[in-house]
Amino acid sequence: MTVLDAKVPSGPIETKWEHHKFDMKLVAPNNKRKFEIIVVGTGLAGASAAATLGELGYRVKAFTYHDSARRAHSISAQGGINAAKDYHGEGDSIYRLFYDTVKGGDYRSREANVYRLAEVSNHIIDQCVAQGVPFAREYGGLLDNRSFGGAQVRRTFYARGQTGQQLLLGAYQALARQVKAGTVELHTNAEMLELVVADGRAVGIITRDLITGRIERHSAHAVVLGTGGYANVFYLSTMAMTSNATAAWRAHRKGAFFANPCYTQIHPTAIPSSDEFQSKLTLMSESLRNDGRIWVPKDPDESRPVAQIPEEDRDYYLERKYPSYGNLAPRDISSRAAKVSVDRGQGVGPLKNGVYLDFADAIARLGRDAVAAKYGNLFDMYASITGEDAYQIPMRIYPAPHYTMGGLWVDYHLQTTIPGLFSIGEANYSDHGANRLGASALMQGLADGYFVLPYTIGDYLAPMLGQPKVDTSAGEFDAAEAEVRGRVEHYLGVQGTRSVDWFHRELGKIMWDYCGMGRNKAGLEKALSEIPALRAEFESDVRVLGGAESLNSSLEKVGRVADFFELGELMCRDALVREESCGGHFREEHQTEDGEALRDDENFAHVTAWEWSGASGAPTEHREQLEFETLELTTRSYK
Amino acid sequence: MNLTLRVWRQAGPDAPGRFETYRATDVSPDSSFLEMLDAVNEELIGDNEEPIEFMHDCREGICGTCGMMINGQAHGPRAETATCQLHMRSFSDGDEIVLEPWRAAGFPIVKDLVVDRAAFDRIIEAGGYITVDTGSAPDANLIPIEKDAADLAMDAAACIGCGACVAACPNGAAQLFTSAKMQQLNLLPQGQPERYQRAESMVEVMEEHFGSCTNMGECEAACPKGISIDFIAMMNKDYRKAKFKNRRTA
Repeated sequence: MTVLDAKVPSGPIETKWEHHKFDMKLVAPNNKRKFEIIVVGTGLAGASAAATLGELGYRVKAFTYHDSARRAHSISAQGGINAAKDYHGEGDSIYRLFYDTVKGGDYRSREANVYRLAEVSNHIIDQCVAQGVPFAREYGGLLDNRSFGGAQVRRTFYARGQTGQQLLLGAYQALARQVKAGTVELHTNAEMLELVVADGRAVGIITRDLITGRIERHSAHAVVLGTGGYANVFYLSTMAMTSNATAAWRAHRKGAFFANPCYTQIHPTAIPSSDEFQSKLTLMSESLRNDGRIWVPKDPDESRPVAQIPEEDRDYYLERKYPSYGNLAPRDISSRAAKVSVDRGQGVGPLKNGVYLDFADAIARLGRDAVAAKYGNLFDMYASITGEDAYQIPMRIYPAPHYTMGGLWVDYHLQTTIPGLFSIGEANYSDHGANRLGASALMQGLADGYFVLPYTIGDYLAPMLGQPKVDTSAGEFDAAEAEVRGRVEHYLGVQGTRSVDWFHRELGKIMWDYCGMGRNKAGLEKALSEIPALRAEFESDVRVLGGAESLNSSLEKVGRVADFFELGELMCRDALVREESCGGHFREEHQTEDGEALRDDENFAHVTAWEWSGASGAPTEHREQLEFETLELTTRSYK
Repeated sequence: MNLTLRVWRQAGPDAPGRFETYRATDVSPDSSFLEMLDAVNEELIGDNEEPIEFMHDCREGICGTCGMMINGQAHGPRAETATCQLHMRSFSDGDEIVLEPWRAAGFPIVKDLVVDRAAFDRIIEAGGYITVDTGSAPDANLIPIEKDAADLAMDAAACIGCGACVAACPNGAAQLFTSAKMQQLNLLPQGQPERYQRAESMVEVMEEHFGSCTNMGECEAACPKGISIDFIAMMNKDYRKAKFKNRRTA
């Protein structure tokens, strides 16, 4: 085990970033075009980074497996983006945003990174407005804000319920401008399947064109991964169908450490699945909990229609357990409480896999029109998916995986443990600790892409001035391409009996049961024996039809699911060694008498970063000690 | 419910295509349209037949990836609903459903129900942006923007770029998409400096790839986000003005 150095600059937290920007080496404007940079992923982080690097004058190659750079899953974010503008004179500040984010992350994030995030948050809003992002406004023409979980000030900027879409389109349009200007070469339908490392540095990638099947080699002076999170390891999640961890995982296998993979966020209010063929879960905005009351029948064998269940036979469990926060208890706590009820057999709906979110009281109190004015679009969405009218009968909801705080370990420069390989946005680990606050994912993706990476990457590149990039005919490229071809041929050759989706669903069930909302030693050990067994079956019995020379979505999926197997195992291993409960990681052995998470700061105030040690060997554990120089560690309580 | 599907199968861009008939059995009315197709594909794989390729990703109606002609209608029978948000309760037991890819010369077929919409990106690259380098923006509240203008810009910005407007148009025209993307910016103060350059170049690139608008209005009816053809009128006005203005400054 080694102790990792995050290379956090010295000095007071308020001036670290500013001083460090001065200390970093610069690449002069006319020298920037001598450097080539690969950016993988065109979500908020990737698109904003590629556009900005192009504007600065670097030669950028951007890659996305989508048919257009505008389709990344950042587009689905609904609520908003935080910034410390304090436009309402409520006493908000960079320091307060920093404090809320570290506390919300249950003190498992790196202070210096979070402070920098809060510091650049205001520039993001300025930049996006200048790009034409149509944020909501007040009648006076100034920007409107709303409040969100985990904060006592209004600092969330929003564009109706489509903030992620609008921010992504802003970044995509900035990227399109650079494509037109010729500074960015954009490759769509191109999936990164391998990282190329030469002399210990990241020097390129291998991609497959999803339409033609062509395998290509791309070299550059540095590689940036903005490839998103891995919540699709659970199969059912709020992720897009193609969201995957392959780029990050391939980098991990080439030497990039993977940090805190067990930190996953389970959102409490998604629509429960309706059958075996359910392909994904749809989120219903958390704001519904302002007026909806959550309950389950007291009797697991309850068979009366919902309207006929009298008050005394209902269990409003959040109101009962957390009287002061009630139905607005934080995400992790609400999610776990729903699981407890469903596990007890009190679940509702045809599959008994949900809990009620009931608006009857709100409708009686405020009137149907007032409820419709606040939540009408959500009620419509619910009706379109379930066919039920939530004005008449309660909604059914259940928690769903939707974000992963873990990711590739990065230092203060967002550089991974492989020199020249950077990771940004949800793909990295750094800013959210063990739990992410609402409206902070968009903030982090754009902070990394617009305002952090474009500076820090210069410090890496500057000393390389005059050095050519590694030629794609080098042996390292040969080897990496051979690996990619080998995998494609292997999976096409298995010709087993079960589809890729079948295996993915089975893996998802294991992950959800043993590494989901509640985890314990016995369960995690069981998962660690079941995953390799299922994986062996997958390797010998998966069926991928068709060929490699045209669009073949089964072939695309099989490689991603193979990587999910390995990543899932690492998540369980990580959850097993983290003998404490914090944020989204709840170890049932570590709870207070009344069932709250019990953190262990003495032994676990560190980041666990895993090193790949071959397909058969156990990964090696490394640590980064988290230093809290500015904030004091305290316990979160919501009673 | 049990359904008969007639699905367009085409191995590649240059291969001949044909309709194939498949059965979808025991379909739950609560499943989504694409989940019904997932189930058909599972059966096809079980029978050693290549699954049907179709476009999809977020399955929340926001990424704009999905889309196909369902019984001749872009995104199917429900108004303001993308294919992924369509559920099987919109159909009845025994129905025959015909599935085709987007029908438009500007969207060549890649395989089965998948088409190539790269031309939309070319239109954006032609001017669907505001020129502002990262870091050069003034404070966000420096320019107040009328709420009505901001709301109207947002109505245009809701476009998901799915291409249903083009597929529904008898002329294969892309006016609704182009005008939505253009007017979002042209309606805002930030978009004024490049307004007429943008109008001219976006329209001209659009015309390289797509047909001409004859005001049929099919695009608005098919749009899953309910985008209004008023934006087309605004675009035409900006384009006409642009032709004069740009000639004078050229």
